[in-house]
Amino acid sequence: MTWTSLNAWVAAPEIFLFCATCAILLLDLFVSDAKRGFTHWLSLAVLVVTGALLVRGYHAAPQYAFSHMFVADPLATLAKVGMVVGVALVLIYGRSYAADRGIFKGELYSLALFSLLGMMVMASAINLLTLYVGLELLSLSLYALVALRRDSVESTEAAMKYFVLGALASGMLLYGMSMLYGATASLNVLEISQRLMVEQSGNPLLATFGLVFVVTGIAFKLGAVPFHMWVPDVYQGAPTPITQLIGSAPKLAAFAFTIRLLAQAMEGFTPEWRSMLVVLAVLSLAIGNLTAIAQTNIKRMFAYSTISHMGFLLLGILVGNVVGYSAAFFYAVTYMLTAAAGFGVVMLLARQGFEADRLDDYKGLARTHPWFAGMLLLVMFSMAGVPVFVGFFAKLAVLKAVVDLGMVWLAVFAVAMSLIGAFYYLRVVKLMYFDEPEGAAAPLSGCMFTRVVLSLNCLALLGIGLFPNDLLLLLTNAVEFSLPI
Amino acid sequence: MDMKTIYLLIPLAPLFGAIIAGLFGWAIGRRAAHCVTIGGVAVSFALSAYVLNHLLSGGEAFNGTVYTWLTINGVDFNVGFLVDKLTAMMMCVVTFVSLMVHIYTIGYMQEDPGYQRFFSYISLFTFSMLMLVMANNFVQLFFGWEAVGLVSYLLIGFWFKRPTATFANLKAFLVNRVGDFGFLLGIGLVLAYFGSLDYATVFAKAPELKDTTITLMTGHTWSLMAVTCILLFVGAMGKSAQFPLHVWLPDSMEGPTPISALIHAATMVTAGIFMVARMSPMFELSDTALNFVLVIGAITALFMGFLGIIQNDIKRVVAYSTLSQLGYMTVALGVSAYSVAAFHLMTHAFFKALLFLGAGSVIIGMHHDQDIRNMGGLRKYMPITWITSLLGSLALIGTPFFAGFYSKDSIIEAVEFSTLPGAGFAHFAVLAGVFVTAFYSFRMYFLVFHGKERWMEKGHHDHHHDDHGDDHHHGLGPNDKPHESPWVVTLPLILLAIPSVVIGYLAIEPMLYGGFFDGVISVNHESHRAMEMMKEEFHGPLAMVTHAFSTLPLYLAIAGVAAAYVFYLVKPSIPAAIDRFFSAIGVRKVLEEKYYMDHLYINGFAAAGRAVGTVLWKVGDALLIDGLIVNGAAKLVGFVSSAVRRVQTGYIYHYAFAMIIGALGFITVWLGARLGWFGPEVFQWVVGLLYPQA
Repeated sequence: MTWTSLNAWVAAPEIFLFCATCAILLLDLFVSDAKRGFTHWLSLAVLVVTGALLVRGYHAAPQYAFSHMFVADPLATLAKVGMVVGVALVLIYGRSYAADRGIFKGELYSLALFSLLGMMVMASAINLLTLYVGLELLSLSLYALVALRRDSVESTEAAMKYFVLGALASGMLLYGMSMLYGATASLNVLEISQRLMVEQSGNPLLATFGLVFVVTGIAFKLGAVPFHMWVPDVYQGAPTPITQLIGSAPKLAAFAFTIRLLAQAMEGFTPEWRSMLVVLAVLSLAIGNLTAIAQTNIKRMFAYSTISHMGFLLLGILVGNVVGYSAAFFYAVTYMLTAAAGFGVVMLLARQGFEADRLDDYKGLARTHPWFAGMLLLVMFSMAGVPVFVGFFAKLAVLKAVVDLGMVWLAVFAVAMSLIGAFYYLRVVKLMYFDEPEGAAAPLSGCMFTRVVLSLNCLALLGIGLFPNDLLLLLTNAVEFSLPI
Repeated sequence: MDMKTIYLLIPLAPLFGAIIAGLFGWAIGRRAAHCVTIGGVAVSFALSAYVLNHLLSGGEAFNGTVYTWLTINGVDFNVGFLVDKLTAMMMCVVTFVSLMVHIYTIGYMQEDPGYQRFFSYISLFTFSMLMLVMANNFVQLFFGWEAVGLVSYLLIGFWFKRPTATFANLKAFLVNRVGDFGFLLGIGLVLAYFGSLDYATVFAKAPELKDTTITLMTGHTWSLMAVTCILLFVGAMGKSAQFPLHVWLPDSMEGPTPISALIHAATMVTAGIFMVARMSPMFELSDTALNFVLVIGAITALFMGFLGIIQNDIKRVVAYSTLSQLGYMTVALGVSAYSVAAFHLMTHAFFKALLFLGAGSVIIGMHHDQDIRNMGGLRKYMPITWITSLLGSLALIGTPFFAGFYSKDSIIEAVEFSTLPGAGFAHFAVLAGVFVTAFYSFRMYFLVFHGKERWMEKGHHDHHHDDHGDDHHHGLGPNDKPHESPWVVTLPLILLAIPSVVIGYLAIEPMLYGGFFDGVISVNHESHRAMEMMKEEFHGPLAMVTHAFSTLPLYLAIAGVAAAYVFYLVKPSIPAAIDRFFSAIGVRKVLEEKYYMDHLYINGFAAAGRAVGTVLWKVGDALLIDGLIVNGAAKLVGFVSSAVRRVQTGYIYHYAFAMIIGALGFITVWLGARLGWFGPEVFQWVVGLLYPQA
């Protein structure tokens, strides 16, 4: 094997990110707490360069590296750009929150960047091993990040639960992968697909067995019912920036991961996994929306709302064609932006000793902070799927794909569940606009830069909703170029 | 600047002003709020004038899309502009009157706490109206249509603490819903049969579908074109307050006077007229629809005029006159004289806005007393208001050389030449209307500006207030003297008086006979010959005046003025006697009750609706839906919710257990399916459930 046959340039963004993260890890040791801003801006600069490298390396045709362990195709590249944006938003919104709670440390940055690296590897992996390595890198970073507030009982408890259940899910996934290997004698996604679909040489029984465990692992990562139990506890217990990190960018990674495993490797088993995903989606939509209503903590409410949104994402994937995948991709990207904005507002209102995570903390927000109440209103409308906002078009695209497949009942069910879901989103709006504020107006945390970025983030939900076609077209093309259909 | 940018700027400038004044009015203060809105509308007016000039000097009409909102099944929902001469004329009228009203408002709303809000609304209205007239497709037309309705609702109820105002705005909204329902059905039919919502496509396809029939009820077929046009016209009936959907307009006078001038006289209420003129390629294909339009217009023109005679509130007199004039325009549409309707629309916009603003000036002078029985002799105290109101009234009744003369006489002539079945009745109605118009206009004029100064002798009695939401002193005391209004009020009066006098003389030849509307309005000259015949008889605006002396309308108008003079200045005992006579035979009561239309709607339709509603509410809603479905569903949701919360124990082994059970379930079902554990029937049943069409 020669250096050129590695074709390592294809992975330039990942390589750069890895080196830069290691450098930050080292440099930060020489930075005093007072000058931690240096690490902050350096990390953001690294993200900008990574993003630029990604955009520069965009090719319509898939490019393989490391002997078909790694692929850079449009789907992966765009997903990675989305993740970079997602992580950058976490760092920007989370800064003052972290500073107020003593977790404004180098670890936050190096772990966040490593988790990003894990996600990027997940999106680009085309071999079961690389997929798994990426997933573990992401998961391990996240476990540590959840426990970043070591002295907080809630955080450590959440981290413990996440870790144990995550290990269980990883085990199941790995078991499933081993079954796939057993059935097809290959670890390469494209070869597995070839053996199962074209050559019919694999063992279908073994492959089905493996498929069940793979789907289980995916469902855990996405937080789909009944593998969702960790989601509410972790969302609530983790420091809010970490909740934002878990709730935004990894969803894109999980989407890419799902596409690799189900749409590419197990393409021949589409009817099987489609029916599994139907079950997962139906349960997620129902449990997520119904339970969110009973929540009084906004982070926990977001957790259940994520579960229901992942139900929608699964709806798009289970369609099993380009239209469905691009709808799901659009859903993942826009959901990432929406969730980031939602947590951004929560963190903006939080300050030392006050988490702003009870729903009652939002009473009368329109009086005390009219601008950001308006911004949160945009987020809530978008999540609820009110027309003109981007969430509406995301749902519409998914539902159209489902209806085209002939599963009208499923679309109707999803709409009915969204209607129930609209209740708890609009309740937040009601609290903000129609209730009296409790206590005096508290100052907002966060510098002007944070506020401007957050406002742009929220307004983007409206902007993309007004012009959804360009983004949808971009993502559809990416899916078409990436999946050899 | 290319033309597309200009077309975009025209509606967006007022919208910008509205947003600034509406959202940031509290921060920027009164002065800045009126500056920014007036600036926006002034820009809009200047550009509209430029566009009109561009088109008059041979520029191309514009028809294009600026933004595609979404596409559903091949039907585009666009924002697009169609700017031809009809649009340009409307844009100029709308922005000019709006600009005048903006300036006037500075004086009229001076003391009102909702100053910025008011400016924001009227600018928003200007934006909406411009979107309506500039639309090149039905969706945007409908958007503008609803948006002006919304702003109208907000403005009628501007003083929302007054129960009468909230009643009036609700009434306006609900009555317009009836019209809009028809309008929407019409648009739906257009979409269903033409497959497009774009004007150009629809109009091009209309002749093909001339003889298409549709079946709405089994056994009956109707002409598609007639049904579509009548439904669209039902929308116009609501917006342009045509009988029997006129009931909201008089009540809308609860709003501040500037918007009565802008929305409920000059612009919004003429949207229906504009819409029908715009749709002329469709209406021309159905004589049934035209006849319907004609009869409705004729009824409105005459019978609403009668009601003007018995009103004592200065604004209501003008309001009924607006209804009647809208009827005239509709009559013109009915006889295919679309250009005449548009012409009357324009002249009417100027003189009616003038009359309303004049009435507003009088109201300011009278310290918000609106009862004309308390006025009199204001001529001395308010000279500018007096002169301009006189000019407006003369224009309204059709005095030769004034704007209204040319447009109204043209309508009457067009009806005379029409051969539609309803033309005979319509001709009588518009002729009789001339006398009635002259009579009530000058009744008001004489009572307000001439005669005794009655506020000195009368105490306060039950008069209508145009108050500002608080209880300060209303009306003039016996020793007070009215004063002329400030310049911001009188300047618009003067500026509006000029076109009210001259615009008819200047514009009649180009607009009606000079090909101004060529390619915009289409008339089937073979079956609808009125315009052709009028063209043959027309020999210039001067000749029209000399000709008028040999026709009936002029004498009817003179008779109306003379009667008003005798009745209200010379011998006030005559009207009292007539009043007694009509009271005795019950006519007075009928007029006072406005032909019992309100009675019918409120005690008939609304009451019946409420009765049905009550039954449905008690049985359907309270018992079935609330009791079983809603509360049942809520209970179910709560039950599921709490059940799931109970499962969410917080114990890690419970969580792991759920995951393992889930994985086990998956294995059992899917492996079982592959191994055939459940038998083929069960498998088929599940597949059938999941994929009904697979």
